[in-house]
Formats: sequence, structure tokens, C-alpha cells
Amino acid sequence: MSSSTYIAPTDHAKAADKFMEDEERVNWHDKALWFIREKRDVASKQLPEWELLRETASQIKQNVLANLDTYLEQFEQNAKQNGITVHWAADAAEHNRIVLDIINKHGIQKLVKSKSMLTEECHLNDYLADNGIDVVDTDLGERVVQLAQEPPSHIVLPCIHKRKEEVGELFHKHLGTEKGASDPAYLTEAARQHLREKFLTSDLAITGVNFAIAETGGFVVCTNEGNADMGAHLAKVHIACMGIEKIIPKAENLSVFLRLLARSATGQPITTYSSHFHRPRPDQEMHIVLVDNGRSIQLGRKDFYNSLKCIRCGACINTCPVYRRSGGHSYHYAISGPIGAILAPNMDMKKNADLPFASTLCGSCTNVCPVKIDIHNQLYQWRQIIAKEGYVPATKAQGMKVMANVMANPTLFRVAGKSGRFMMRLAPGLASIKAVNPWAKQRDMPEAPKESFRDWYIKNKKKS
Amino acid sequence: MSSRESILKQVKANKPAAAPLPATLAFPPLPAADVLEKYVRIAEAVGTVVMQVESLSAIGAYLKKHYETPERVLNTVKGVGFGQELSGPIEDGHTLANLEMAVVQGTLAVAENGAVWVSEEHLPIRVLPFITEHLMLVVSEQDVVNNMHEAYARLDVSVPGFGAFISGPSRTADIEQSLVIGAHGPKRAHVFIVK
Repeated sequence: MSSSTYIAPTDHAKAADKFMEDEERVNWHDKALWFIREKRDVASKQLPEWELLRETASQIKQNVLANLDTYLEQFEQNAKQNGITVHWAADAAEHNRIVLDIINKHGIQKLVKSKSMLTEECHLNDYLADNGIDVVDTDLGERVVQLAQEPPSHIVLPCIHKRKEEVGELFHKHLGTEKGASDPAYLTEAARQHLREKFLTSDLAITGVNFAIAETGGFVVCTNEGNADMGAHLAKVHIACMGIEKIIPKAENLSVFLRLLARSATGQPITTYSSHFHRPRPDQEMHIVLVDNGRSIQLGRKDFYNSLKCIRCGACINTCPVYRRSGGHSYHYAISGPIGAILAPNMDMKKNADLPFASTLCGSCTNVCPVKIDIHNQLYQWRQIIAKEGYVPATKAQGMKVMANVMANPTLFRVAGKSGRFMMRLAPGLASIKAVNPWAKQRDMPEAPKESFRDWYIKNKKKS
Repeated sequence: MSSRESILKQVKANKPAAAPLPATLAFPPLPAADVLEKYVRIAEAVGTVVMQVESLSAIGAYLKKHYETPERVLNTVKGVGFGQELSGPIEDGHTLANLEMAVVQGTLAVAENGAVWVSEEHLPIRVLPFITEHLMLVVSEQDVVNNMHEAYARLDVSVPGFGAFISGPSRTADIEQSLVIGAHGPKRAHVFIVK
């Protein structure tokens, strides 16, 4: 995405406003994601042991985080014995340098890459492009957003914000498909042919990692398209990039996670491919880059370390009423939606201060999370910290201060209620003016009752 | 201090209190006939054509009937008796770029998700089950297990350098959530369950 024309938004609410200007698209986006949420519900209900699986997965991850240093060392030792080269990167910049060094060592100019949210987090594509390397994203959705010079808007469905006509237009421009063609099967076949040529002519493949097994020194990559396998098995060099929290203790733990992952993500019983890499081919070089990039700090935040249990299924994103109506780009962070909103402030609290507020705190995210992360509680906790640190916008902070004073003082509360009801009856239009009352922007104000519950109660209690 | 040391040091300092690793999950086994019925139902739901056959040679007869020209089929399973038989390794996966069909031995099949474990032990080259346009997997009836817990109890996934659970043909729904079969891997998948 070098020379990208894409400019990331800086404020969720403003970006959401913009997304919502296209009502037809928002409605479609909302329904498409809810449809996936429903498929997840059907899949989960087919397993009577679903809740046991969630609880077990959460406990395994708890054990991982409590022993992360020893599991990392164990993984490193076993991976090395398997003939895999292990690298450690403290931050995004070091990760990118390590990858570029491997590429340069082999004198490689172009490579294929399958989905890796970690490399999105590190902005690897930009970095490699700036260094003259041609990176081709091979996941269909990622290729679409790459051609559009945009970041993915969803961790599982990278181009869910795009309509098929827009994809058709992009493919017409870049892949030479027929003008106006927008049939998904036709466009997918065009991408298959276009990317097959890339697979066959690339000497290096980068993949992400879904799980890395401490006990065996291997790692697992899950895809539906088969792009990670096509890339890795045809390339002379395979680089797998992973966050340090992707470790699991034993291979048998995969049974729990692979049962949860795809069902939570798309409602499939398993992804088409769950590929277990333990050793390079005899004619191949295999690298793993273990990346911290803020994770070891998050590990020390007692209210937030649970977020490191995430297996990147996207269930919290699909179910989120705010995400569904605001779109992934409005989150201006590599990982959008509720989970992104609790990971992003750890990376940069000031820049991402708006994200924990992009939630209704309805708790749906927490209910669907396959590893039982208390996402909505963490969103609430982040709000407290962000306000304390002074990163809440002045108007919101002022409003909350006034509200807090009113709420804390019964007399003031009654006066405020009475005058509010009076004003709404006197001038019902006033509260509906967006500039005066942002709450009313997408909502109709309720009709104001004549009296408060308190007044009604006192009156009726006396009667009886 | 190297990044390795600084990361490990910070992880050690910040990690939460000790928590035990939960015990391995196991569920009561299902009767074999139920497992098989479930496998067929779920594998078909993910787009696999499931054929239950009496013998390996019955697979050969099926292929002959449906696909006629054996030149199009790369057969790595002895006893099928159809297609280009192959026993040794393949040096370069790129030579398979235009391969139409591959017959490959699977180690076991999983009823709950339709997946078949395919590993390097049975592959002349890793890319084979991904690069072929039509994948034909062969699994013995006694190797169909109920769920992933049973699968991992039977497999040591670290023995082969590479292995994968494969469930159905490759797919994508990235364009407007419309399911399209045949993304980068096979466009069609068969699983033959041999008695």
C-alpha cells in the first residue's frame, strides 16, 4: 500500500457518520454481518458441549498467559530442532526489518502473502513496498482491498464494506475482467487465475499463524481458500509471522480451538484447510518471527490481559450493533470492532481514545466470544482510564461532568427532569435538532411524560 | 539486551498468576454406524462428494466410468488401479500447475466437520492436494472418528513435517458473502470411504 491514497480517519464517530451517508450500503452491511452472526448461532447450537468448549478454551489461554515466557522458550527450542529459524521482534519496526533482511538475503523482488493481521498491525506491506518489494496479498478479500489501496475493514472478511460492483470495477481496471461484470463466481475465477500465476512465480511466501504449539515446535494456519498452502508449498522460503500470544501448550489443545474457531467466525464446522507446519521441505527455508509489539505490556494490565486470549474469529465484530452500522474503517486500527477497541488503546491511548466509546456496552460481543473475553467490561474500563488520563474530548468530558453533578444531587436531578419535560412539551422540536442534541441524530426523541415517576408515585401512594 | 531477552523478561515480569492447564476433553464414543452417517451428512454439507465403496479397485472403476482418460489423473494410492500411478516423491511442485485430478490417501476422517487428515507421509509433494483442480481422498471406514478430540488422540501431528485437515473443496465468500466453490485450491472434492 505504498503511495496509497487511503487516509485513515482519526475519529470513529465522524467516520461512522460518513459511512452512514450511504443508507443502502449501511443496511446491506448490517444485514450481511448479522447473517453471519446467525450462522454462528446455528453452528454453536449443534454442539451440546459448546459452553464447555468455550470455558476450556478460555482456561487453556489463561494457562498460556500465566506461563507465556516458558512456553515461548519451549516453542523456540522445539521449532529450532525442527529446522525452523526463530526470530524475535520487540516491535513492528523490528519485525519489518527481520522480514526484509530475509527477503534481501535471497535477492527476492516479489512475494505472495496470505492473511496475517499481525503484518497489518505492523504495516509490513507499506514498509516492503517502500523498499522496492512487490507484495501480493492472496486472500481474495485482501487482494480486493490491496487493489483498492485500502486496509482490510474486517479481520475475517477483509472487503465486507465493498459491493460486488465495486469489486468488478477494480478487477476490470487491474485484472482485465469485462467492464460491468460483477458476478462473484466470475470475479473469483478471474482472481484464481491471476493469483495462480503469482503463486507459481514467487520464491517467497509470508503467512500468518493461528496457533503455535510449544510442545512440538510447529504451527497451524487456517484458510478456506487454500492460499496459505499454495504460497508456502511452492515457495523456497516461508516466513510465518505471529504475535507471541498465539502459543498453545500442546497439539491436543487444537481440538478445542479448531472446534470453536470456524464455527464462531462463519458458522462453518471447520475451515477448509487447517494446515500443520512442523518442518521445512528439504529444499525449503522456514522462518518464524515472534512479535511482541505491545503484548507484553498488555499482559501486565490486570483489567485487560484477557484480550490476549483472542483467536481472531471476528464473532464480536459480526454481532456488534455499532460495527455493523459504522464499518470497519471507522475504527482506524488494523483490528476493527469491539476486540480492536480494547487492543488499540494499549498501543496508543491518545490516538485510539475514541474507540472504547464506539460501543453501546450491550455485551453481545462478550456473549459470543469463544474464549470468553469480557470485551464489554474492558471497553468500560478503558473509558475510565482514558477519561482519567484526560483523553476524552472536551465537549464529552464537560457534558459528563454536568451529568455527574446532576445525578449526584437529588434536588438538582428533580429540577433538571422537570425543566427537561417542560422544555420538550413547550418546544418538542428543540431536542430533535442534531446540533443541539447529538443523541437525536439517528433517533426520534420520545414524547415527554407530564410528570416523573417519582411525582406519580407520591400522588398515587397518597390515594391508596 | 537482545529483543529475545527483553521480551522474555517483560513477559515474565508481567504475566498473570499461575493457572492450571485444563484436562484433555473427551466425550463418550458414538456407535460406528452413527459416526459414518454423521460424516457423510456433514461432508456433503461442505461440498464434498462422498462415495462409500467396497474396495480400492471399486474407486478405480468409478473413476474409469466418470473420468475416462487416465492421463488426467495422478494416482498415489496403490490398488486403485486407475490413472498415472506414482510411488516416489515429486521434485518440483510447479510441474503440477495444470494437474486435473489427484487421488490421495487420507489418514483419518472426522465426522463432526467432514475433514480428512492428509499428511506428508502419504504425499509425493506437499502442494499436491492444493494445486490439483479435483481432489480425491481415500479413507478406510474404520478410520472415521466422531470429533476432533478423537482425531488428535489418534494422530501425532508432529511426526510428519506437514499435515492438514482438509474439509471439502476450497471456497471463498469474500465478495458480498456469496459462496463460491473453487478459490485457490481444488474446485471439486471427493472422499471415498472404503469398507
